[in-house]
Formats: sequence, C-alpha cells, structure tokens
Amino acid sequence: MTGVEEALAATFRTDGGRLMAHLIGALGDFDLAEEAAQEAYAAALTTWRRDGVPDNPRAWLTTTARNRAVDRIRRERKGAEKLRELALIQAEPDRADAFESGIADERLRLLYTCCHPALSLEAQVTLALRTLCGLSTAEIARTFLVAEATMAKRLVRTRQKIKLAGIPYRVPPAHLLPERTDAVLSTIYLLFHQGYADGRAELRLRARELAALTAELMPDHPEAGGLHALLLLLDARAAARAPGGVLVPLDEQDKTLWDFTMIAAGEQALRQVARRGQVGPYQLQAMIAACHVQERIDWARVANLYDRLLVLVPSDTVRLNRAIALSMRDGPDLALLDGIADHPLLPATRADFLRRLGDHEAARAEYEKAIERAPTAADRAYLHRRSAALKGR
Amino acid sequence: MRYLLLISADETTAEEQFATRKDLPDFDEWMADLERRGVLEVHAGLEMSPTATTVRVRDGEVLLTDGPFAEGREQVGGLAMVNCADLDEAIAIAAGHPASYFGQVEIRPLRP
Repeated sequence: MTGVEEALAATFRTDGGRLMAHLIGALGDFDLAEEAAQEAYAAALTTWRRDGVPDNPRAWLTTTARNRAVDRIRRERKGAEKLRELALIQAEPDRADAFESGIADERLRLLYTCCHPALSLEAQVTLALRTLCGLSTAEIARTFLVAEATMAKRLVRTRQKIKLAGIPYRVPPAHLLPERTDAVLSTIYLLFHQGYADGRAELRLRARELAALTAELMPDHPEAGGLHALLLLLDARAAARAPGGVLVPLDEQDKTLWDFTMIAAGEQALRQVARRGQVGPYQLQAMIAACHVQERIDWARVANLYDRLLVLVPSDTVRLNRAIALSMRDGPDLALLDGIADHPLLPATRADFLRRLGDHEAARAEYEKAIERAPTAADRAYLHRRSAALKGR
Repeated sequence: MRYLLLISADETTAEEQFATRKDLPDFDEWMADLERRGVLEVHAGLEMSPTATTVRVRDGEVLLTDGPFAEGREQVGGLAMVNCADLDEAIAIAAGHPASYFGQVEIRPLRP
C-alpha cells in the first residue's frame, strides 16, 4: 500500500462510521449517504495522490461527500423532492470541524435506526456493521457465510425498508427508550451468542465491536457497558471452550488458551459500570463471567449472583445455572433441580449430578437422554465422552 | 406518512374473542382517539371471507372464484388507513387495536 492508500484506509477504519452517521443525519437517506461516501473515498485517492494527504483527512472526506451528495441531488432529483433534499442538506451546518462534539448523537441515532425491531435480526446487525463499524460488504458477507452479491442485495433491501416504511431516524422518545435500548443490546448479544454456539470467532468479534460502540455511545446506560464487559469475559475463554469441536467444562479448560488481555479489558469495563451502582442482567452475567476466570472460583459468590439474576430474569436457564453453582458450593443434590420444568440442558445437568454422586448407571441413562437434547454438536461430543468414560468403570 | 393497516385474525373465533376477553383495549376508544388526533383517513370492517369473490382475467376471460384469494383461517377482517409521523406511530396505533391481541395487524406503507 502506498502512503495515500494507508492514510485513507486508516481514516476509513477510525472514522468511517462517524462519516456515515454524519452523512445520513445530514441527508436523511441511507443510499445517498452511501453513494456520496463511496465517491468521496474514490476522489480522495486521486486528489491526495496529486496534492498530498490533507491535514485533516476526515474533514476533507466529509466536505467532499456532502458536495458530491448535493451534485447528485441536483443531477438526479426533480421538482419538489429536489428542493426539499437540498434544503435539508443546506440547513444542516457543515460540521466537519465539529466532528467530535455532535457526532456521538448522530451515531446513536443511527444505532437505534439500524437496530429497529421492525427489521429482522440479521438485517439490523448487517446494517449496523456496514454503516457504524465501517465494515465492507465483503467482510460482512464472510461473517455471515453468504456471497457478497447476496449480502449487497440484503443491505439494499434493509436501507429501502427504512426509507419506504418510514422507520424514524432518531433516538426513541422516553416512552419507547427502555424497550428499544433492550432491543439494541439483545441484538448484539444474539449476534455474539450465534458465534459462541457455533465457534465462529468473527461473529463474536463483530458483536464485541458493536458492544464497544454502544457502550461508548451510551455512557449513562450501565447495561451497555455491562454487555461489553460480558462479551469480553466470555470471548476471552472461547478458544479453550471447545477446541476440536468437543465442549470442555470450565475446570478442565487449558488456561494457556485464555486471552488474558481480553480478560483484563473485561474486568476494567466491569469496574467502570459497577461504579454507577445500577445493576442489570448483563452486568450480573458479566460479574459471573468474571468469577469464572478467577484462579479459584468462588462458587458461593456465583450462586449469590445467580440469586440476584433470578429476581430480574426468572427463567429456567438461570434456575439451572444457579442449581449448578449451588452444587459446586455444597455438593450435587438432585433436589436442586426441582421446579425446573423443562430445559434442553436439564438431562445433561442431572447426568452430571448423578455421576458426581457415584450413581454411574443412572448417570449413563441420563447422558443418553442428554445427547438427544444437546443443542450443539460440541455439547453432544462432550456428553458422549462423559458417558463413555463411565462405561469403563 | 400514510400506512394501510390490514387487520386480520382467525375469523372462526374472532367474534368470541371480542365478546369474552377482558384484557383487550376498547375498540371505540381506539377509534375515537385516532379521530381526535386526525390521523385516521379510512376505517372499514369487512364481512366474513366466505362472502368474498375473487376475480382473475386470463386470456381475456373473466374468471371468478367463490371466496378469498388466500384460503385459510386467518383472514383480513378490517382495514384502516392512517396518516402519521413515522413507523413508530403506526406501530403504536396497530398495537392499540384489540384484534392485535389475538390476531395481527400488518402495516404497509403507501406509495407516495
């Protein structure tokens, strides 16, 4: 890469999302913003090669993109629409120099628009990655294992829906804000979880990028920071979790595969949100994940955190994990599983309790049931291993 | 923006749901509120789907079918056209219709 290409790539990496947010805010149109940005990048290559890299590359790009958008509107739009769009862009002051101050709001508006619940989960995530994280269509296509042309079409469809269906470009009003913020966070969590379940590091990386951005844009929302901390602490152990496609329980994981830099970042993020003194489900899960990466796990503390989580999220998954934590604190007892109606991991947990209690025959029967219910291939492989080990005794 | 709300439900049980369920929002209040706000352009309830006639012209010939174009229990039973700020407002309107509690409301933006 030449110096010019490197400078442009660096600007795109750090400021691509900001530039898009600014353009969409100024133009009120995703497609026009995208086209204007593309043209500005192309123009930068030729102009910067000739005249050198400008002192403030992103200001140059912003101004150029706005001018290109104005040209396009003049050329392609007609009548009332033309006047309206030109008025819109000219009413917006050229804030190239005010990039730092107002722009966080625009990215936040963009985040809520991209993660609007009227869009499918995948549409939300892909658009957010494209516009806010500055990923190329090719990169997103790779993340979701589809052809680039397919992904390009999906992105066009999503932008069209936003425009034609009238999805508002704004931070939601107070009465919708809690619900919509939860939707944004759960989109990111689901993206991460998808990458966690099938071992795709790239999905997890993208989810962490979105979580980092959300935490940065919502400094007053402790759950945004809590989610970011949680994803860091979970991802840090991902390489040790199922190497070779077989799930490895926490106490048997090869700790040299843990990413301690990421653990430190997760703990730092957790300390930051903990200072706010407001505890939500993501933060509690992050606190639990932080316990899991300690040299000696304090199971009493884990059980206590699950108690608190259960109050906020009364689900069978939480009940099951709480029972496991209590079994680690006090020893296994099938009575701990009373009241958990049905859960895909219930037979596996029962099998584990029976094995630890020494009832190998009953454990093997439960492992058979567990294998049938196992949600992923890695779970299944682990359960087969456990069951086979009992047969040898 | 203008939106068409297509209100549909299982028409074999819709009447009963309206009559017996206590947790539904009040239809008259929904209607009165929209009229007060001036967002409701059209509202109509439809007769049951067996009264429908579907028309197709093929090779210049008018072909009629007795019944709706899509068979099934879930049928459109009413429609409303609203003129409101954005999709969020349309969603709030749709979610205030009692049929959304047991059926569904499809929101379609109108072409300008």
